[in-house]
Amino acid sequence: MTADLLYSDVEDDLRASVRSLLTDHCEPAALLKRAESAEPYDLKLWRALAGDLGAAGLQVPEDRGGHGASAREVALVLEELGRSVAPVPFLGSAVLATNALLASGTDHELLGKLASGAATAVLAVPLSSGPGGFESTVEVADGVLTGRVGTVADASVADYLVVPAGDGLYVVESGFTVTELVSLDLTRRVADVTLSGAQGTPIATDAAAAEALTAALTAGAALLASEQLGLAEWCLEETVRYLKGRYQFGRPVGSFQALKHRLADVWLDLVSARAAARYAADCLARGDEDLPVAAAVAQALCSEVAVHAAEECVQLHAGIGMTWEHPAHLYLKRAKANQLALGTAGRHRAALATLLELPA
Amino acid sequence: MTVTADELRERTKKLLAEHGFADRLAFLRARFDAGLAWVHFPEGLGGLDAPRALQSVVDAELAAAGAPDNDPRRIGIGLGMAAPTILRFGTAEQHQRYLRPLWTGEEVWCQLFSEPGAGSDLAALGTRAVRDGDDWVVTGQKVWTSSAHTARFAILVTRSNPDVPKHQGMTYFICDMHAPGVEVRPLRQITGEAEFNEVFLTGVRIPDANRLGEVGDGWRVAQTTLMNERVAIGGHALPREGGMIGIVAKLWRDRPELRTPELHDRLLRLWVRAEGVRLAGTRLRQQLAAGSPGPEGSGMKLAFSSLNQEISGLELELLGEAGLHYDDWTMRRPDKVDFTGREAGYRYLRAKGNSIEGGTSEILRNIISERVLGLPSEPRVDKDVAWKDLPR
Repeated sequence: MTADLLYSDVEDDLRASVRSLLTDHCEPAALLKRAESAEPYDLKLWRALAGDLGAAGLQVPEDRGGHGASAREVALVLEELGRSVAPVPFLGSAVLATNALLASGTDHELLGKLASGAATAVLAVPLSSGPGGFESTVEVADGVLTGRVGTVADASVADYLVVPAGDGLYVVESGFTVTELVSLDLTRRVADVTLSGAQGTPIATDAAAAEALTAALTAGAALLASEQLGLAEWCLEETVRYLKGRYQFGRPVGSFQALKHRLADVWLDLVSARAAARYAADCLARGDEDLPVAAAVAQALCSEVAVHAAEECVQLHAGIGMTWEHPAHLYLKRAKANQLALGTAGRHRAALATLLELPA
Repeated sequence: MTVTADELRERTKKLLAEHGFADRLAFLRARFDAGLAWVHFPEGLGGLDAPRALQSVVDAELAAAGAPDNDPRRIGIGLGMAAPTILRFGTAEQHQRYLRPLWTGEEVWCQLFSEPGAGSDLAALGTRAVRDGDDWVVTGQKVWTSSAHTARFAILVTRSNPDVPKHQGMTYFICDMHAPGVEVRPLRQITGEAEFNEVFLTGVRIPDANRLGEVGDGWRVAQTTLMNERVAIGGHALPREGGMIGIVAKLWRDRPELRTPELHDRLLRLWVRAEGVRLAGTRLRQQLAAGSPGPEGSGMKLAFSSLNQEISGLELELLGEAGLHYDDWTMRRPDKVDFTGREAGYRYLRAKGNSIEGGTSEILRNIISERVLGLPSEPRVDKDVAWKDLPR
């Protein structure tokens, strides 16, 4: 079966609903104000997104409390979240924790709670973890978990943890503390998680646990590309808009060829990034055996495209782009943090070297 | 009524059942007459008014049967540029006369557009066409003309009125390359071969019946040709590692002793970019098939050309000592366009043309920024000035 790289009508409808909701909640000045407040996450928006729109349960089958859509629709939500750098725990809960539960095949009730938005969870791994070669820092004895995991995304608002520990994967409901870190990305926070004798419910062990963890991180990498795509699209559109209206030397700045060519290059990057992100989401949705390649290509490409677009956004806005008031910095911070998240471009290229038999 | 994929498959099977391959040309003519040449063309002109995407159904059946093809690399300019322009702007007589032998390859076409003083600024061209009774008399010089030495006909843009601004005074013709006054001279290029030509037109008489479009409307007709040109370059469906990246990937696998860490990283970066561009091409074709062409087409040639250049450069570095060699500097007159068919040095040098031919990368970036992104155009000093008064 060949991949479908387009957006369906249903996906376009979903996009319109999500964008409408985000437009109401993610006005740049409000985003900035929230980022400096005691409540950096917008849980009202989260409830509307997860509860009213059902966005957190798209990938979860209907008989397990979800909406029985697919990773393609999840990717679409991520595009819109990237466009608005929305401060919601979607990546941690609806993507990473949910995919870990789905991949483990567990019938734990947590999956239904996550799908409905009644609870949130995180996969307790450093956000920088790529799909391959993960070493857990949490020890387990008789179902009791002890240890510390650094730099976990969205942990500060998590009700549950899904923890790789020892030779298993565990659901943890209590007995852990979260220490907020100062995050580079103001709209997606990272925190240290400490487990001190937490009771864990095993949902997978041995090889099944390792496979579920790899599957979750691979799905995360494949889907994060769509957030990177949406982010880059916002940066390009906003920069084009600004350069059309900003006059210097008696003409719109956007009529200078030197600047036009830079934006044409960003646009061209986006053409490939969109195709790669769609392909990765489609492979994930269909369970295609090409998923490891698709996810690695998507991250190697989209993470750098997003950073490039955000850097150009700051540079071409010039002075205003360096200010705190202008939202460009929120996008640059998200883009740069995403470049390190779920495996750097270099690590994904190294993974491709093995997958494609192009060894060093 | 729209033709379905199943009907096309049946028609193709019928064609195969009725015609052998012994006479290649006879088979190609029969295929054209069956409407299976380019299925999106009108009935009677090699097509069936079918959706363009269904061509792949026909092509797959024919390829599986080992049918001869019409050698698109040899007649690419006719197929990609002349044919859509003739279809859109030609008369019924011109459709009947030219499209069939064009498609079968019996008549090769070339494109008399660029001039020494009019490359990226094509509308500045100065080759004069003066009306004389039922004929036009054409005099001027064209350059960078691929296939002029094998071509039977050319699509030609001329200056028919020097007294109006440059975009308004152009007229477009079909030119007989065997007509008196047409002289083709090889133009040897960076690779050593003479793929291109200079074409001198001295008092060439072209009947008015060979005009395409209205007098003075040549710029609009040329736009159709140019848009099709950019789609034609780099617009083909490729498997993963198709094209230049596959050549280098194979070399990497076959020759472990050539590998270095620095080249490894560059190879993987280029592999990822090539895969991104390949998927974008797939996505573009899916958009076309769904009837909603996106703007991606404007960028494919730009992406393809920079990739080809970087990958072919990497290939030479990877080869090390052997990269210092060249296969053959003999001046040849190739009859087909070939980006990858020779050795590494040739590929590297030929790829340098990819960002120049068919619209330079700079012009393509202008098109993207102005037509796709809607950025303002540069101030124009030549817009309202008669062509004859422009500095050159």
